[in-house]
Amino acid sequence: MKEAYEKPVILKLKTGMMNKFGSSPAYIRKVRKEIDGVPVEELVEKFGSPLFVFSEKKLRQKFREVKNAFTLRYPNVEFSWSYKTNYLDAICAVLHQEGETAEVVSEFEYEKARRLGVPGNQIIYNGPYKPYDSLVTAVKEGARINIDHFEEIADLERVADELGVKPRVGIRLNMDTGIHPQWSRFGFNLESGQALDAVKRIASGGKLELVGLHCHIGTFILDPHAYEVEVKKMVDFAYKVEDQFGFKIEYLDIGGGFPSKNRLKGIYLPPEVAVPSVDEFAERVCSALLSSLRPGDYPKLILESGRAIVDEAGYLITTVHAAKRLPSGLKAYVLDAGVNILFTAFWYKFNVEIDREVHGTSEPCVLYGPLCMNIDVVDDLTYLPPLPRGTRLILSPVGAYNVTQWMQFIRYRPAVVLIGENGEVDLIREAEDLTDIVRREKLPERLKLEW
Amino acid sequence: MRKLERLAINDEGFIFDPETGNSYTVNKTGLFIIKLLKEGKSEEEIVKALSEKFDVSEEDARRDLVDFIEQLRLYGLLEGENV
Repeated sequence: MKEAYEKPVILKLKTGMMNKFGSSPAYIRKVRKEIDGVPVEELVEKFGSPLFVFSEKKLRQKFREVKNAFTLRYPNVEFSWSYKTNYLDAICAVLHQEGETAEVVSEFEYEKARRLGVPGNQIIYNGPYKPYDSLVTAVKEGARINIDHFEEIADLERVADELGVKPRVGIRLNMDTGIHPQWSRFGFNLESGQALDAVKRIASGGKLELVGLHCHIGTFILDPHAYEVEVKKMVDFAYKVEDQFGFKIEYLDIGGGFPSKNRLKGIYLPPEVAVPSVDEFAERVCSALLSSLRPGDYPKLILESGRAIVDEAGYLITTVHAAKRLPSGLKAYVLDAGVNILFTAFWYKFNVEIDREVHGTSEPCVLYGPLCMNIDVVDDLTYLPPLPRGTRLILSPVGAYNVTQWMQFIRYRPAVVLIGENGEVDLIREAEDLTDIVRREKLPERLKLEW
Repeated sequence: MRKLERLAINDEGFIFDPETGNSYTVNKTGLFIIKLLKEGKSEEEIVKALSEKFDVSEEDARRDLVDFIEQLRLYGLLEGENV
């Protein structure tokens, strides 16, 4: 009978390097053999590796959590799904089923929402670049448009003339809410008086009806107080507009930017400690509203939460292709997924789980992607036991932004599946092949090769 | 005297290097390999010994041995002549 094998490991002992949280990285390991009850190996056998996996259960659960937090505290709330965070049809459809409208920031996203069956009046059209034709369509179809700059006011007045209608619009504000960096490139600045100028401009044109205010203070905001400041400033400004110009502000769109339980690089504390709960955000926002609104006035509160809803519903299964030792002594693994499909790896440190029990103590290691590019680093330092080739790693949360910002670069983009609430697995985006990439290429006749 | 022979190694896999004052721990497999290296066994002999004693293929054992020797060298526990 042969003895059980463990990869040979030697570790240098160091003193004075205790982990503040008391758990030695040498013995922690996180094993995940399944996602929502479906074995990881079964998923890979059927759909290949790497593979993005979304949990419908988790997605609906996260949305309901956010929805409950706000609707319990304020009577008039709308949730609008931020398409850029994840515009896969299946993901959007789940959230539309849950009652979200669509928040789009380009003509492409607008068209994608319409194609999915979202009526124009259930779309919020934001963004700094709205081509003229798309404004015509959006006005015709009754979409809510939040204006980014003076040029766009002029464009919309032209649309109003062309169609003979008075479009109902919102303006986007930017402001100081006490956080850094302060986003100032979108919309009109509040403190400088630019926002009021925009209202004056709209009023004097007489062709547009100002009915809403929009603001998006930033992304992955860890300070709930910033939203309180945002809401108070928006309410003050709304009443100023109503009192001075006679418009009725029907909605206050406070954007998104709520964090997920992801670990932003450079933040020392784990996300369970650093990221405030959605209830804290909701409490700040709703009590700021209720304390500053006039009695009986309940304008619609619109939230464009993206990351906070979808991030934790997404996983990426990737496979160890090779192990190597760097000259520094550090262990390195080459994975089949890199920054080409994990754009958020630049800013976030993912949770890394392995698909099997592996014996041996964990050692510090670096995770490289498959690209022949020095920047292709999925994790520059994590602790893993000695992994045999073929081990699957499950990275999470990766549901936000990756399947929209991924690149077809060097390799094909992989398949995406959705695990339904009853454990059914549906392919929601096929893996790419050569035809996807060459479909739009044209080779001039004179360059045709004859080997 | 060769570097490996100067190391104080106990049965539990604790290693002390009297020259540098550094200490290390190795697991059971690592200890097994170090003992064979001290006896002057060749890489091929070690691979064979590993696959006979443990439940591992020669191919996997060879790959792991290369990595392990690389680690020993990086820690300065092995001179070039050993391998």
